[in-house]
Amino acid sequence: MAQTTTAPLQRSGSGVGPGRPNPAPGPGAMPNVYASGRLGKSVPWIVLGVSLLVSAAIFGLAQAASGGDFNVVGTIVLTGLLNGIGIYLTALLVEGARQAKDRLVTTLVTSAFIVALAPLVSLFITVLSRGTARFDIQLFTYSMRNIVGEGGGVLHAIVGTLIMTGIATIISVPIGLLTSIYLVEYGRGALARAITFFVDVMTGIPSIVAGLFAYALFAIFFGPGIRLGVAGAVALSVLMIPGVVRSSEEMLRLVPNELREAAFALGVPKWLTILKVVLPTSIAGITTGVMLAIARVIGETAPLLVAAGFTSNMNYSPLEGRMQSLPVFVYSSYVSQGTDAQAYLDRAWAAALTLILIVMALNLIARLVARAFSPKLGR
Amino acid sequence: MSSPPVARTESAQPPRPVQRLGDRIFSTSTLTAGALILATLAAVAAFLILQSTPALTENPEDISIFTSGETFWTYVGPLIFGTLWSAALALLMAVPLAIGIALFISHYAPRKLAQGLGYVIDLLAAVPSVVFGLWGANTLAPLVQPFYLWLTENLGWIPLFAPPASGTGRTILTAAVVLAVMILPIITALCREVFLQTPVLHEEAALALGATRWEMIRMTVLPFGRAGIVSASMLGLGRALGETMAVAMVLSSSGVISFALLTSSNPSTIAANIALSFPEAYGLNVNVLIATGLMLFAITLVVNAIARYVINRRKEFSGAN
Repeated sequence: MAQTTTAPLQRSGSGVGPGRPNPAPGPGAMPNVYASGRLGKSVPWIVLGVSLLVSAAIFGLAQAASGGDFNVVGTIVLTGLLNGIGIYLTALLVEGARQAKDRLVTTLVTSAFIVALAPLVSLFITVLSRGTARFDIQLFTYSMRNIVGEGGGVLHAIVGTLIMTGIATIISVPIGLLTSIYLVEYGRGALARAITFFVDVMTGIPSIVAGLFAYALFAIFFGPGIRLGVAGAVALSVLMIPGVVRSSEEMLRLVPNELREAAFALGVPKWLTILKVVLPTSIAGITTGVMLAIARVIGETAPLLVAAGFTSNMNYSPLEGRMQSLPVFVYSSYVSQGTDAQAYLDRAWAAALTLILIVMALNLIARLVARAFSPKLGR
Repeated sequence: MSSPPVARTESAQPPRPVQRLGDRIFSTSTLTAGALILATLAAVAAFLILQSTPALTENPEDISIFTSGETFWTYVGPLIFGTLWSAALALLMAVPLAIGIALFISHYAPRKLAQGLGYVIDLLAAVPSVVFGLWGANTLAPLVQPFYLWLTENLGWIPLFAPPASGTGRTILTAAVVLAVMILPIITALCREVFLQTPVLHEEAALALGATRWEMIRMTVLPFGRAGIVSASMLGLGRALGETMAVAMVLSSSGVISFALLTSSNPSTIAANIALSFPEAYGLNVNVLIATGLMLFAITLVVNAIARYVINRRKEFSGAN
């Protein structure tokens, strides 16, 4: 750093560099030792504005020359590039190499965030604009029985999703909650360590493998080719249990030990302490965790496609016949578009919008529950 | 409380705690639940192995999903390649971006906004995979197709960009982009947590020595978070390997092994192949598909076990728990 030609400029903050060109405007004026040799606060914004203007001009000329549409994506990308180069060069000239690098990284990190926002925004705009075409009352009151073209609805899929997710919740919550109680209150030694490790590993089971497991399990009892709602529910609970265990375990560990010790000191048995003291204290956090786990599995497609199949009929019984679900409905209407392809696509987008709204609502409620009732701990 | 008095036995031994009936029932049921989870995982492996064996032992000529002369291993080979290749591409795109976003949220964004921005990225995790698939096939693929055409025309001499470009844009690169978007929130969330745990004293010491913000991050935050970044990437890799619907809906595949990113002949992935073939499969074909699922299970199990091992080893000295 000391060898670079810009080295004296870096120390400009101290204002003592000998032989350094004085940036002060006129004779007699005191140079601001903190601001001299540094870029002003507005400079990055000016550079950004200039790069936006330049790239807009370039693409505007290209549009005028070729007569196509104005390329918004290209403009934004070029603006980002020009802004990065511009801020680096400006800072290199005024502040020196180290500051220039710092500013370049700041620009890069900020653009990384904006790049990640792009698919999110694009996805929501697409789903909203294309999903509203069929987001009507018929969608929520009809099934797809005997419907080949326009019309029809997703009521059977919503019912199937609710039934299967409900059964999965009924299976997963007791197992998950009891396991987390074991891990926090009872578990010592090798078994507890093994359970913790394998719960973590279970988090990473691919969803389609869970579906294959449920299929293989039920195929042994009911013969090959079986598709049942309850099989789908078993597949979902394999995916749901680890989430419930992890979140409940975290919440149970947040309960202060003083509460347990106070209960023990009063002679309360351990199981009553857990039921009456530990669980009520952490119930808000556990509820949040369960809701987030539900939100995660309610959008699962692959396991239900494999284990519960798809159908266009209403089916209220998880114990016989195939059962449709919202995600599988989206997938099957996209993959097998009938003669009137637009009607199938419109229904798929409307179902996707419904699904997103359900998941968002679950997430939102879960966060509100957590914020409203959680013990005020940590940062 | 009317609890029975503690029975004192020999004074030489410490008094044994009283085991009430309720205690015994409760502790046994929690233990059962814990053991049930281990049993479930074992059952997943057992049932998959049980249902896979016919695919490996039967005569390949009898299995209609194989083309003539094909065996299970030549069938699953391109699928394993496609799974690893698409996941690797996704990881290559997602990790640098995720580190950037995590740094932005933990060290660059204004404090008041940081948590809200974190939620925004978490929103990506809330979008169901089938919606990502729909978006990738209908919005992203047509959007990037002209760009692919330009790449093959101008940079076609690079083997990765070998022509001809796909006419639909539904190539393995598009699928990898969708996968990258899907694993981004997981990697970001974990990296963010690790970056926030950097000891503040280290950061302040670096700043006090005159380091710029980037130098401070390079000297304190990144070395501290290295293991966290590695394990977060491994978890993201595990998710990308097993992701089904996005690939099944975006990729138009044929069973080839090819590194070309932009052509219309792409390798499929194990999960996508199962999703596409399973609804119509019958007889031994089902066993073949389950056997490919077993391969996927084994691959993800290894990747996740390594990731968890790295995380758990880190926990012990970072005080992160």
